[in-house]
Amino acid sequence: MKALLALVRTDLRLYFSNRRALLISLVAPILIAGFFGATLGGSPGKRPARIPVAVVDLDGSDLTKAIVASMRKDDNFDLRDFELAPAIEQVRAGKLRAAVVLPRGFGAEAPRALFSPYGKKPEIEIHVDPSQTVTMALVNGLLAQHVMEEVARTAFGGGAAGAKFLAESKTAIEKSREIPPERKKDLAALFDDVERLRSQPEPGGAGEGTPDGFALRMPFETKQREVTSGDRKYNPYAHSFAGMGVQFILFSGIDLGVAVLLMRRMGLWKRLRAAPVSRRLLLGSRVLSGMLIATVMMLGIYAAGIAIFGVRVDGSWLGLLLVIAAFGFLTSSFGLLIASVGRTPEATRGIAILATLLLVMLGGAWVPTFIFPEWLQHATLFVPTRWAVDGLEAMTWRGLGLEAALPAVAVMLTFSVAFAATAVACFRWEE
Amino acid sequence: MLEATDLWKSYGETAAVAGISLRAAAGQIVGLLGPNGAGKTTTVSMITGLTAPDRGSVHVDGMALGETANEAKRKLGLVPQEIALYEELGAEANLRLMGALYGIEGKLLDERVDAALALVGLADRAGDKPSTFSGGMKRRLNIACALVHDPDVLLLDEPTVGVDPQSRNAIFENLESLRDRGKALVYTTHYMEEAERLCDYIVIVDHGKVVASDTRENLLKLGTAPVVPKGPSLESVFLQLTGRALRDGP
Repeated sequence: MKALLALVRTDLRLYFSNRRALLISLVAPILIAGFFGATLGGSPGKRPARIPVAVVDLDGSDLTKAIVASMRKDDNFDLRDFELAPAIEQVRAGKLRAAVVLPRGFGAEAPRALFSPYGKKPEIEIHVDPSQTVTMALVNGLLAQHVMEEVARTAFGGGAAGAKFLAESKTAIEKSREIPPERKKDLAALFDDVERLRSQPEPGGAGEGTPDGFALRMPFETKQREVTSGDRKYNPYAHSFAGMGVQFILFSGIDLGVAVLLMRRMGLWKRLRAAPVSRRLLLGSRVLSGMLIATVMMLGIYAAGIAIFGVRVDGSWLGLLLVIAAFGFLTSSFGLLIASVGRTPEATRGIAILATLLLVMLGGAWVPTFIFPEWLQHATLFVPTRWAVDGLEAMTWRGLGLEAALPAVAVMLTFSVAFAATAVACFRWEE
Repeated sequence: MLEATDLWKSYGETAAVAGISLRAAAGQIVGLLGPNGAGKTTTVSMITGLTAPDRGSVHVDGMALGETANEAKRKLGLVPQEIALYEELGAEANLRLMGALYGIEGKLLDERVDAALALVGLADRAGDKPSTFSGGMKRRLNIACALVHDPDVLLLDEPTVGVDPQSRNAIFENLESLRDRGKALVYTTHYMEEAERLCDYIVIVDHGKVVASDTRENLLKLGTAPVVPKGPSLESVFLQLTGRALRDGP
């Protein structure tokens, strides 16, 4: 026991006495977690960044002007005015996410296309930045909303434009050879009803045919409610500190493993092995000191997250400590595994970094796992870092209780024991 | 004190050690000489319990290394060929750790640490880190780390590699002092003049086998090709026994 304590004390002393390395080990994850947190939305309640988009109106009709005006009011867009060529150039340069081109004739063709299933629809070109796939889905959805609202307002709303549209549409349908007679009859009746509605005063309105008198609108409005612990806002730093903490602490596991290889090279391992201590004690001391270092470092990272970036432990403190300690054990057993399969420090470090980055990436430390394909989301359940990130998030912003930490702790302990057992079995004792 | 009998060790098809035996009595320095790849380091590894022999036995003060590994190990001290020190720990802290690994603590540990530092002439540098030491000082501290638990048998694997003549002389004086105190020393080296100066008994190994073992004086009598006018040197005897072909090739 005294030998074990002496070895662990030495490891801790060596690690924590190197203040420069210690500072970097702490500062790097905090800075990068801070960067990721800010990128993912920053402090709670802060508005997300608006999407820079250009709209090129080649038509200049009342309808297209109304669409542009509607988009300009939308807080999701940072609408910029460009000609077509410069707009596309801005997208190529990555300064705009998309350039929406409203074509010539759109104002006339779009309302007609509403009731003309056989006619050609006008095309809105969207020039996109292919690296922004998630943003593009949002741009498409918002654009559809604004266009539909304005086209419907034009088609069914009050004013001359609506009347003209109805008259033209009615004539076009009567002349059409493609629309069956019965459908022509139904459509004509629909237009008559719309015309009658348009001419009636809006209930509670000032007079007949108000500009917004009869218009199709989005049949619902959404109101976002963040499902976190209590009424607190979601803090993106809580995710980034979990992810970057896991990543950098796992890197310290690599150092632990490489240190054993360096000790072997320096003859220190030989000297330790010549002492009257068991193999179990020698390896156990490495695991214990590695676990303590990882745990203390993770607590330091979270302390900075709490103090500087407003990360809150809204779940169980005990659960958080258990998750961190279990992850510390996972880190040290991972390090031991590296030491057992590695040959030279140089080659081992490269391979171990690759393995760590894979573990971290698949664990959802960089981007949340819900972005992954479904099969990969299931597959990552077999990645221990996924449980570490999930466990840390459960105890922080999700505000879950101790019982939510236990599965993550159990899985990490299982992996740790498996890593340690494999390491002991594969460890090269003879020089 | 130390008795290694008929040690064998193979790696795959290659026999690194094939039946080496050696003894080191109290107050004796035994030189283990041999060209590169002769099996010296493997022999030392087996004697210190770092490598399990395929065959043969090692006894320290009558205790078998295999069965009572820890008790036998307490009586052994190893000075590895490498400078096996924690560079970022002070000299004293290195010694304290080594002492703790051998179960020494408290006042006894204080005394042993002081004695080991004094023996190797580093008492005034106790708090300094080895990273600030010269090569010779590191070598001396390397030896001190193997002495802090006061072993009966000290195994030294080329302990003077890369040191200047003054440091080498200081190390020799340390080792002679230990011999005078009744310790048994096994000393492996490439330097014949070191063996000539230090060793009372010499074992020359080659290709994993003992090719000669006798007192220094008797070995010198084997020499037939004197290289210096005053008579055969140990080096000439060594080359006569092991050949002149280079051993560093593949």
